[in-house]
Amino acid sequence: MIEVVLSDRCTGCNRCVEVCPTNVFDGARNVIPVIARHDDCQTCFMCELYCPTDALYVAPHCDGTTEVDVEALVKSPDLGRYRRDSGWGRWRHEDDHDNESWRMTEIFAVAREMLGAPEPF
Amino acid sequence: MTRATGRQDQAERSYSADVVVVGGGPAGAWTAIAAARSGAEVILVDKGYLGSSGVTATAGTNLWLIPPDDELRDEAMDRRERIGGGLVDRGWMRRLIEQTWETLPQLRGVYAFPSDDDGVERRHSLRGPEYGRAFRRLVVRAGVRVLDHSPALELLAHSDGSIAGIAGVHRQPITGFPDATSPGMSYSIHTGAVVLATGGCAFKSHLLGCHTDTGDGHLMAHEAGAELSGMELSCYYTLAPARSTMTRSMSYLFGTFFDSDGNELQLSPDPAVRNEQIARAVVAGPLYTRLDKMPHEVRDRMRSVQPNFMLPFDRAGINPYSDLFEVTLRPEGTIRGVGGLRIATDECMTSIPGLFVAGDVASRELVAGAVSGGGSVNSAWAMSSGTWAGRGAARYARSAGRSGKRSTAPGDTRPLGQAGLRPSDSVEHVDLRSLVRAVQAEVHPLEKNYFRTETTMRRALAELDDLWAMVSRHVRGSGLDLVRGREAAAMVAHGRWTYTAACARVESRGMHRRVDAPTSDPAYARRLAAGGLDKPWAAFQDVPTPLAPLRVIDGLTPDSPADMPVLEGQSS
Repeated sequence: MIEVVLSDRCTGCNRCVEVCPTNVFDGARNVIPVIARHDDCQTCFMCELYCPTDALYVAPHCDGTTEVDVEALVKSPDLGRYRRDSGWGRWRHEDDHDNESWRMTEIFAVAREMLGAPEPF
Repeated sequence: MTRATGRQDQAERSYSADVVVVGGGPAGAWTAIAAARSGAEVILVDKGYLGSSGVTATAGTNLWLIPPDDELRDEAMDRRERIGGGLVDRGWMRRLIEQTWETLPQLRGVYAFPSDDDGVERRHSLRGPEYGRAFRRLVVRAGVRVLDHSPALELLAHSDGSIAGIAGVHRQPITGFPDATSPGMSYSIHTGAVVLATGGCAFKSHLLGCHTDTGDGHLMAHEAGAELSGMELSCYYTLAPARSTMTRSMSYLFGTFFDSDGNELQLSPDPAVRNEQIARAVVAGPLYTRLDKMPHEVRDRMRSVQPNFMLPFDRAGINPYSDLFEVTLRPEGTIRGVGGLRIATDECMTSIPGLFVAGDVASRELVAGAVSGGGSVNSAWAMSSGTWAGRGAARYARSAGRSGKRSTAPGDTRPLGQAGLRPSDSVEHVDLRSLVRAVQAEVHPLEKNYFRTETTMRRALAELDDLWAMVSRHVRGSGLDLVRGREAAAMVAHGRWTYTAACARVESRGMHRRVDAPTSDPAYARRLAAGGLDKPWAAFQDVPTPLAPLRVIDGLTPDSPADMPVLEGQSS
């Protein structure tokens, strides 16, 4: 669930307020959004993906609050990781983050062969 | 384009358009695009945000995309017929394959189709967030007015029962008006046609992205008189790391599984058997796995194949390829299930004039059969049924408009919402979160909904009946709680239709697994209708599956709804 809005990174653009499918944040233009309805967070990571300054952190557990060590978090590779691996924002021209979703078909085929499955999945 | 009329009726803000689309996943987007390109003024409302809401945008999907080659297409349809439990319709499958092939290229220019190692463009797989961003662009470019964070609460009807629009609530300020709306402001939209594209319902199961998909459209449509079909086909479950939402199941094919005593599970190569073995192991629980059989060249690419797959592992400090971690099964309900509202025309209109459906809210029996359409058939269905429903709704609205049927006068219409909005008895305080947890306790457990028996389902139905009495008699929230009350009512209704249908199908077929009737009975190779609110019902009904050359809404005059192909046994 969403646990952290880093106030020193947040520009108050309110993109997260807008894109959050379950309306978790309260915001106002140029103001740092507030996690107003934490219980409604569905742990979909969309707010992180859309955050242009990597100011948000969604903890992996979807069933309750997680204590987050913010100092350690800022030093970890987790902030902005989803955005980077997706090749969004400043990573969009880097070849390492190409969209290779099309490989799912061949990965399924590898699994099928390995398992000896009778039909394609 | 569309406009706010600003007139004061019961709703604090009122709009009008030719077509309103409810839901901003791929089905709603393709519907809005098709309707707008057919010349209609279109409003799309979403509970959340068009482009990030729902289960597709938050994940990714393969697509049932088959080139125009008779042999390949026949092979694909043959396979579905083989596994579909006798419920598929070849005409609809063919049409789905053709339409998907025709519609998909519209994404070119807004979605960067990747090329493979040989430089060949690959289009059969779509990354969710990028797809969402792309279809939002197409919708906006088509001139559709988008109202994000504006959940629909109910349908509006004319005196003859045909659909006149929707009512809902803005849960965030809507910009672009001289006087911005405020959170909790109610709205109504008067239109010639309504398309529901509200998705399936997984009862807020922590399936990735599913918490907006609470079956609201099913409830709204049923209040208008529409029927459901295939509701017993709603018991698909997907693996995820315990306590996480990451229901990206592909990688688990490479897993080695262990029970709590450290014994390795011996799993069948047959996916259907394998899934059942895993379900048994989760019930016995806890179940652990490591993905040690995944080849290194695949591991190295997982972040660019599925960029969100590693998020829970990275953050919990787990190496999924070498560490054992606990897994669970997340229920999919009617999302990767099959059941939904029954389609009555080739343009995806329901049996109610002016009410159309697209995507997972519609029953997918015609194209998926009794087994899950997975991502691929369902994604193709969203694209194609949306295209048909959008064109159909635009055409219907035009014919309605010519005869003066489209009304912007609220006095001519009546709201249809009941449970959660207009309680039949005294308004009482009901803890809606507890109510939802009580529904989940009946519909989520594998012991009740995956391994089904008449006894356990009747017991669950009795609990759900009590919840229905509570929600229909006493719940009326205010402001944002209005939405929660409606969601709760929709989920209770969904659970009751599910088990009522599952009790009526006294056999096992496709995903529907009756422990007390484990074989398939040829006599039951039929589609099963369901409905009813105070008294749920299910009945096998042999109804025609409408297809061209039936142009059933051609020549329809809105004053003669009796001409509509009303289905047998429609009322409960």
